[in-house]
Amino acid sequence: MSLDKEKIKHVAKLARISVDDAKVESLTKDLNSIFKFIEQLNELNTDKVEPLTSILNQSLRSRKDEISDGKIREKVLKNSPKENEEFFVVPKVVE
Amino acid sequence: MADITNQSLNEIIENVKTKKVSSTDLTKAYIKNIESAKKLNAFVTTTFDQALDKAKQFDNKPNFDQLLPGIPLAVKDLFCTENTKTTAGSNILNNFIPSYESTVTKNLWNNGSFLLGKLNCDEFAMGSSNETSHYGNVINPVGDQLVPGGSSGGSSSALAADLTPATIGTDTGGSIRQPASFTGTVGLKPTYGLCSRWGIVAFASSLDQAGPMTKTIKDCAIMLESMSGFDDKDSTSISKKKEQYSKNLKDNIKGLKIGIPKEYRVDNMPKEIDELWEKGKKILKDLGAQLIDISLPHTKYALPTYYIVAPAEASSNLARYDGVRYGYRSKQGKDLIEMYEKTRSEGFGDEVKRRILIGTYVLSSGYYDAYYLKAQKVRQLIKKDFDDSFTKIDAILTPSTPSSAFKIGEKTNDPVSMYLNDIFTVPANLAGLPALSMPAGVDKKGYPLGLQLIGKVLDEQKILNIGYAFEKNCGFKNEIKKWWS
Repeated sequence: MSLDKEKIKHVAKLARISVDDAKVESLTKDLNSIFKFIEQLNELNTDKVEPLTSILNQSLRSRKDEISDGKIREKVLKNSPKENEEFFVVPKVVE
Repeated sequence: MADITNQSLNEIIENVKTKKVSSTDLTKAYIKNIESAKKLNAFVTTTFDQALDKAKQFDNKPNFDQLLPGIPLAVKDLFCTENTKTTAGSNILNNFIPSYESTVTKNLWNNGSFLLGKLNCDEFAMGSSNETSHYGNVINPVGDQLVPGGSSGGSSSALAADLTPATIGTDTGGSIRQPASFTGTVGLKPTYGLCSRWGIVAFASSLDQAGPMTKTIKDCAIMLESMSGFDDKDSTSISKKKEQYSKNLKDNIKGLKIGIPKEYRVDNMPKEIDELWEKGKKILKDLGAQLIDISLPHTKYALPTYYIVAPAEASSNLARYDGVRYGYRSKQGKDLIEMYEKTRSEGFGDEVKRRILIGTYVLSSGYYDAYYLKAQKVRQLIKKDFDDSFTKIDAILTPSTPSSAFKIGEKTNDPVSMYLNDIFTVPANLAGLPALSMPAGVDKKGYPLGLQLIGKVLDEQKILNIGYAFEKNCGFKNEIKKWWS
């Protein structure tokens, strides 16, 4: 399988990363060499293998559904690039 | 007294306990070293005033029963530190000041230590040479223009240059062990789940694990003891009794069975690495260990598996950087989507973008089975190789890296050749096993080389013991001239 420039632009769109046309060329080359490397896995027959989902063979713990913190709005908003008292601010979405 | 900063952590602790040095004088000695080592670029942020305050507090009211009494420590800039900027080596977090402390650093501080500064690393821990950091290359004190390894490159450089008595890193595919090997220091990646991931900037959550980087095995045991432990805030944290790794350190390894995997003798491996491995085998054999040839047949598939699993998890973890809630936001972008795209394009560096794109592609509709599911199946086979071998052996001995430290710029144009650096370290991450890199010798250029011990799940004590016995009999001494100051 090989990735062409159009495919890369599509994946970049999915990943929400704008890619300059100037960079698509080198990115295509790099990603194709990485995928060539990755596709060595196709040599293996894994039809009867269960995928590994946990290293420790233990299931995730569950906790009680109760509030353990809160009232930290200032802390939560402290690092936002643009703030307006109690909200995160984004460019206008609805006209 | 003589320069205290070139002593081991254990020796420094003894000197503090016997009041031969105060925490304040100790801290001042490291600050002096750090200020004269700007060329190495190991630090992104320093917290000297805060450290001196803490040292003074300790000296006024010392508690010598702690594991790390009055010890200043610099840590990788991937650990969130309350009210101290945490960048993960990325432009996208250039202004991020956490309002919380990672569990691992909190554990260190609770044992009597305090923060000296934050250490440079590859961006989001994605790299093997510290060349992907937004804050510039880090230099290996072993030689000018040499990389310190990565991603914990600031950590390995600072440790080897006596800028911190010990440090911590994170290891997703070799990011503690490879830089330790490149700088003649000790690095341990613990069993997955032994150290909490809470408050560590996430890269690939099923592989990420924090661990110590130190000058000696004993120091490594002290640090592991201080940083590990169950944490309710990490859903994959292991609940178990706390171990006293340093107290239980033993150098008797008679009768232990050490596996030698034939698949780790790779094509084009430099002769020096092979000779180093032979030397390691001989030392362990002379100490009464039994060497056993083993086979880990799926070893060659570990790296390709890693380069599906890690980018897939990274693309998902890094989706949070959107310029809305924290971090960098682009000034461009006329609508919401364009703001996201510009923010992420300007905020992430090339390697991070590459991995996000790989991850997005392998998880995208129609490709999941062919890539991610396939990789998780191969991961099962890799883990089974280890499980089968560990029924007849106690630990595995391999080289840590396929080469010694290389020059800055030598591998940046070819991502795959850079990835091959992690060929011996990645399998332990995929299988969740503890693995230790210990200095074992030098190559013909005089650059350090390491050997790796891989243990069974939660068998840290045993690989530390083997390392301890090895260290006493190996005769390695890190000869670093302070050319930078």
